[in-house]
Amino acid sequence: MEKRFMDSQIKGVSTGTTILAVTFNGGVIIGSDSRASIGGYYVSSKTINKLIQVHDRIFCCIAGSLADAQAVTKAAKFQISFHSIQMESPPLVKAAASVLKELCYNNKEELQAGFITAGWDRKKGPQVYTVALGGMLLSQPFTIGGSGSTYIYGYADAKYKPDMSKEECLQFATNALALAMGRDNVSGGVAHLVVITEEGVEHIVIPGDKLPKFHDE
Amino acid sequence: MAAYMSAGRSENAFSTHDFVPEWAQEEVSTGTTIMAVEFDGGVVIGADSRTTTGAYIANRVTDKLTPIHDHIFCCRSGSAADTQAVADAVTYQLGFHSIELDEPPLVQTAANLFQQMCYRYREELMAGIIVAGWDKRRGGQVYTVPMGGMIVRQPVSVGGSGSSYIYGFMDSNYKPGMTKEECLHFCTQALALAMERDGSSGGVARLAAITEEGLERRVVLGHQLPKFSNT
Repeated sequence: MEKRFMDSQIKGVSTGTTILAVTFNGGVIIGSDSRASIGGYYVSSKTINKLIQVHDRIFCCIAGSLADAQAVTKAAKFQISFHSIQMESPPLVKAAASVLKELCYNNKEELQAGFITAGWDRKKGPQVYTVALGGMLLSQPFTIGGSGSTYIYGYADAKYKPDMSKEECLQFATNALALAMGRDNVSGGVAHLVVITEEGVEHIVIPGDKLPKFHDE
Repeated sequence: MAAYMSAGRSENAFSTHDFVPEWAQEEVSTGTTIMAVEFDGGVVIGADSRTTTGAYIANRVTDKLTPIHDHIFCCRSGSAADTQAVADAVTYQLGFHSIELDEPPLVQTAANLFQQMCYRYREELMAGIIVAGWDKRRGGQVYTVPMGGMIVRQPVSVGGSGSSYIYGFMDSNYKPGMTKEECLHFCTQALALAMERDGSSGGVARLAAITEEGLERRVVLGHQLPKFSNT
């Protein structure tokens, strides 16, 4: 592999992860790998769950420093549930993403974490928001993040279609994670997927040996 | 996207003058997307056409597919100067070898010549090369010689700064046993995807198919490239 893109430490941005969130007809799927690594040389956890539930129908997944991410999501979770109690209704996905954005933007000097927020609310249905490193908030039909995402930009651009069915979307997300985990040495383990719809939340775990295999494996 | 050597590399007496714009002080590089695919009977190679010096596109219609011999080509990525110099040297060596042998050279020979040079001068060079061609002994072959000077034969190989973005697409879409047309289509799509995402890749997509019969070159202009829009 060429030297330039071996070191994610140089970028300092995303370390050891592949995360994604994709909307489909009626819901959204959020997914991640399960590897936590130190410096790309040691796998500190093989089965970490990077999908954090911040409210009944809103999840977020983290890229970057795990410590920063855990601190921020803990604060965000509190703020979102407080907001929800005040409003006496489930929070909007945009509100949850905004809370994360405020925290990231106001502490941009100290923090090194980016987030993908995905969920379902009554106003706009399924949505995906990205909160990038400096605190930019962006709504997209689907998004990928983390060091492993570099390798699947081409695949995601080619294969994503709006208004997929749940099964098509699951296949897309699973394939994308498997491809990224196959090429990125700091992503791996199992694939965690959460399907969020109006009805509820379904957590799917696909162990490494059950992931789709491609031609050279 | 790619990190490049510092501007201090080309020191000269005029460096104190400010009227040379910053982009002209940077080394010319082929931040790039290149690829090659084997099929039964030959190979298909492809590349984008952008050469940059910093943020300026020095050449937007570059030809990064360089002939080394009648049925052997190389795809160049990295420093434009380094790759041109190495390719010229290998072309000479291979031509001489072929005359001595009185036979067309093997692709493996060409690839190993590249590898020897890239490994010996690994500290000085910044060159990532894919060697592809056809010979009578083994048919279509693709050898990749990335920076550092390793050599490995692969049925399909991508390289350059834009290649990172299409590993997933390559892994999922390549199937062994494709025809020449399928390979050309696969390469066009992969290059288009990489050129969309990589700032250092762009322009037109240049493709070539090398078989026993000879060479067939194609250019896919910017507006003819497949579009993958998700907005």
